[in-house]
Amino acid sequence: MDDPMVLDANAVAGDLAELFGFEVTAVVHRCAHCGNVAAVGTLLAWTHGPGVTLRCSICREVVVRFVRTGSRTFLDVRGAAYLDMQRG
Amino acid sequence: MPEPLTWQIATVTAIRAETPQVSSFTLALPAWRAHRAGQHYDVRLTAPDGYRAQRSYSIASPPSRRGEVDLTIERIADGEVSPYFHDVVEVGDRVEVRGPIGGYFVWEPVLGGPLLLIAGGSGVVPLMAMLRERAAADGAAPAVLLSSARTLEDVIYRDELAALAAADRGLRLIQTLTRAQPPGWTGYDRRIDRPMLAEALAAAGAPPLAYICGPTLLVEAAANGLVELGVPPAQVRTERFGPTS
Repeated sequence: MDDPMVLDANAVAGDLAELFGFEVTAVVHRCAHCGNVAAVGTLLAWTHGPGVTLRCSICREVVVRFVRTGSRTFLDVRGAAYLDMQRG
Repeated sequence: MPEPLTWQIATVTAIRAETPQVSSFTLALPAWRAHRAGQHYDVRLTAPDGYRAQRSYSIASPPSRRGEVDLTIERIADGEVSPYFHDVVEVGDRVEVRGPIGGYFVWEPVLGGPLLLIAGGSGVVPLMAMLRERAAADGAAPAVLLSSARTLEDVIYRDELAALAAADRGLRLIQTLTRAQPPGWTGYDRRIDRPMLAEALAAAGAPPLAYICGPTLLVEAAANGLVELGVPPAQVRTERFGPTS
C-alpha cells in the first residue's frame, strides 16, 4: 500500500456507528472476495471522495461503501459475507 | 441515537503547547463518558453558510480523568480543522464534539500485555492514553514504546515519557529521530526498520499486544515487519492517519 491518503475504518468509526446504531470497528467480518476474517477496523478507508469506500486489507476489494446525499445515506455492504455481532 | 454519537458542545478549558506544531486542548464535556484508551472524539466545525468539516482526534488523557478529555492535535498547514484549533481557538471557546468513538484500536488493563506501542509523529497520542492508563493501574503489564519523530523538539510528551520511564522499570522507550539529531544523540537516526522492530520485540519479552499508529506508510511497514518477525496478525492493531487531518 503506497497511497499515503489511505486511512482505515477507525477514521470513520463515528459515521459507521451512526449507520449501524452501535460500535462497528470491533465487529468481525468475513471478506466476500478473499474470505479474510478480521475486525471491521482493519479495513482500509478511502475518505476523500464524495462517499467512503472501505476495502479489505488483504485483497483490496471493496467491502463496504456508503455515501450521504442531502437527506439520505446509501450503504452497500455486499463485500462482506457476514458480520459477526455480539448481542446484548 | 446512542449517547456517544450525540453531538455536544464542549468548552476549551486549557491549551498546552506540546511541540511547535502540536498542542493539547482540554475539553470540558457536559455529557462526559468514560472512554477506553485509544478511542477518539469526532470534532465538527460549521461555517456561517452551513458548510461542515469533521475530523477525528485521539484522546490523550486517561479515562480516570472525569468530566474532561485532552485532545492532542497536530497543526496541518492546509487542513480544514486543525489550523482552526491552533490559530483561532482560545480558552473559553466552545466546540462541537461527539464521542468517545471506536472499539478496535483500544487497550484496557484487563487485556494485559506485554504492550508493544509503535508511533509515528502524532500517532503517539492514542498510545499515550494507553501509557497513562497503564501508569494509573496496579501491576501493569510491561510496555515498550518505539517512537519515530523528525527532530527532538518534535517528540510529543517528551518530558512526561522520560519521567514515566524513569519511575517504571517495566516501561522501555526506544526513540528514533529521522531528520536531525542533537549532538551526542544515542538513539536511532533512521526510519523504523526491521532491527528496531526486533529490538522492541526483544524488550517486550513475550509475544506482545501491538498497537501501531501513525502515517499510513509507517503503519504498513511496522505491521508487516512485526508479522514477519512472528507476531500473530491478530495481536497487531493498527490505526492510520493521513496528511489531511
